[in-house]
Amino acid sequence: MMPINISDTETSAPRGLMKVIAASSVGTLIEWYDFYIYGAMAVIIAKQFFPQGNPTAAFLAALATFAAGFVVRPFGALVFGRLGDVIGRKHTFLLTLLLMGGSTFAIGLVPGYAQIGIWAPILILLLRLLQGLALGGEYGGAATYVAEHAPAGRRGYFTSYIQTTATLGFFLSIGVILITRKALGVESFNTWGWRLPFLISIFLIAVSVYIRLRMAESPLFVRIKNEGKLSRNPLKESFARRSNLKMVLLALFAAVMGQGVVWYTGQFYAQTFIERTLSVEFEQVRYLLCFAILFATPFFLVFGAWSDKIGRKPIMLGGMLLAIATYFPIYKMMYHVADPAAKTELLENHRSGTVLAINTAGDTIRTTTVVHVYTDGSSMKVVTNTVMPADKAKSASKPETTRTFWLSPGGFWMMTLLVFIQILYVTMVYGPIAAFLVELFPTRIRYTSMSLPYHIGNGIFGGLTPFIATRLFDASKTTADPGGDPYVGLWYPILVAGTCFVLGLLYLPNKNDEIA
Amino acid sequence: MNALKRFFGFAWMALGLAAIYLMFRQAGTEIAEAQAGLRPLLDTRMFWYVIIPIFTPIMFGLCLFGWFAWKGEFRSDKTTQ
Repeated sequence: MMPINISDTETSAPRGLMKVIAASSVGTLIEWYDFYIYGAMAVIIAKQFFPQGNPTAAFLAALATFAAGFVVRPFGALVFGRLGDVIGRKHTFLLTLLLMGGSTFAIGLVPGYAQIGIWAPILILLLRLLQGLALGGEYGGAATYVAEHAPAGRRGYFTSYIQTTATLGFFLSIGVILITRKALGVESFNTWGWRLPFLISIFLIAVSVYIRLRMAESPLFVRIKNEGKLSRNPLKESFARRSNLKMVLLALFAAVMGQGVVWYTGQFYAQTFIERTLSVEFEQVRYLLCFAILFATPFFLVFGAWSDKIGRKPIMLGGMLLAIATYFPIYKMMYHVADPAAKTELLENHRSGTVLAINTAGDTIRTTTVVHVYTDGSSMKVVTNTVMPADKAKSASKPETTRTFWLSPGGFWMMTLLVFIQILYVTMVYGPIAAFLVELFPTRIRYTSMSLPYHIGNGIFGGLTPFIATRLFDASKTTADPGGDPYVGLWYPILVAGTCFVLGLLYLPNKNDEIA
Repeated sequence: MNALKRFFGFAWMALGLAAIYLMFRQAGTEIAEAQAGLRPLLDTRMFWYVIIPIFTPIMFGLCLFGWFAWKGEFRSDKTTQ
């Protein structure tokens, strides 16, 4: 493959480049927002769309649907990557934006399981698949588009703006959920208000489509199109040619696979762990995630710019190594911060009460609430529900216990710091990755070639992290140890990132400013 | 370094095949336990029906990567495009 030098006239002047970045980033951010509001509300969605009675099955089903969105991303990468290399970057990522916006809006309209039965989860699954397809086409287009406008030597810095969008999209999704929940109240939000974050997506998409329609095509794409050098079959060139296929495999196994698990552990498994394993209260979890994201996001730009100076490889592999070495101590500290057994209870503040109610079937429901307050300012509410059947021949149901833990102010900030550290690792592995991928493949097949490893690494290895880690945790629960091993889920990201680190150390080239 | 890259090619091929074997073995064991009532059947089946079709081709990809490494495709002079 012969490198083609890019003349200065083909890359945009700094002001024009910032417009290109802003226009690309707004659309990508909104797509990430659309994709993540589903994940951020997995628990509520489980109750609305999946059969009740077995909360674990409902939660896993929701996670599986969440995972379905990730799994389908590589197919979106193939479909839209090919389109992007044939018809151009601009029109392709306009199409992905419309597809994403339409499917997100539709999720907000689907009736629940109580209204339409099995059609509810089926429709949700189909719409989630469409979201995944759209996202599979979006990211590669945006990263390629910005990189093809950026000057050599600063590509890491300029593409890192696109890298912030995934985290900011997640931030936006949490922010919209918190505001909606506050405005409507918890009960209204849980019954119907959760639909609003999906529905408002249509307005965000309309703004983004307007902005993108005013953008010009990538200068490098225009040049190879004018020269008649466009690929006729990008899929064949990308994956049937040994010289390119080996680079696709290198990108996947030596870089993106590890990056994906570090990213999804820091931002998503951390949330699942705090909320499900530690039972920290819904709003506290989202506030601490918002703060951690806000403080960490500027580091995407720092590491992106730094990678222009010292190369992409040391920063990405450094992030993976730090994650591998510190995940266990970090999660043990997280557990300790919200562990009631490690705290001293203020016995004078201990409160408890029991309420008896009769349901429509005539069964008596006994609800016992116990509130524990601890010396450090944290507290815990334990609610136990027992159904005592009207038919005396039947025995009482197994009590269902739900625990909610409120962190003390000190505990809140400590937890924020621990999540911040994990997101800092994310900025190390993810900040330089767009520039790294763009530099690995030639313009004529770049969209297709970089999208597939990116979405297998992030969509599958990364996206399935909460699903696999939660499964490992549930599988560790036995009759002898019903609590299970809370840290066992960490073995998945550690093993994947460890393998990727060794592969990257051995096989990755370091700095490569040329793009062909 | 190039010799090390080639030598590790074997390791990646072996790792890919071992991962496929272990996935199938674990899935078989867990689904059998679930059918015997020792695990929740729906959760167990769903997990493995998601994992196996997704990760098996990816692990074959790792084997192919190992094969390329063994054939010297990732020599320092061949990975800079």
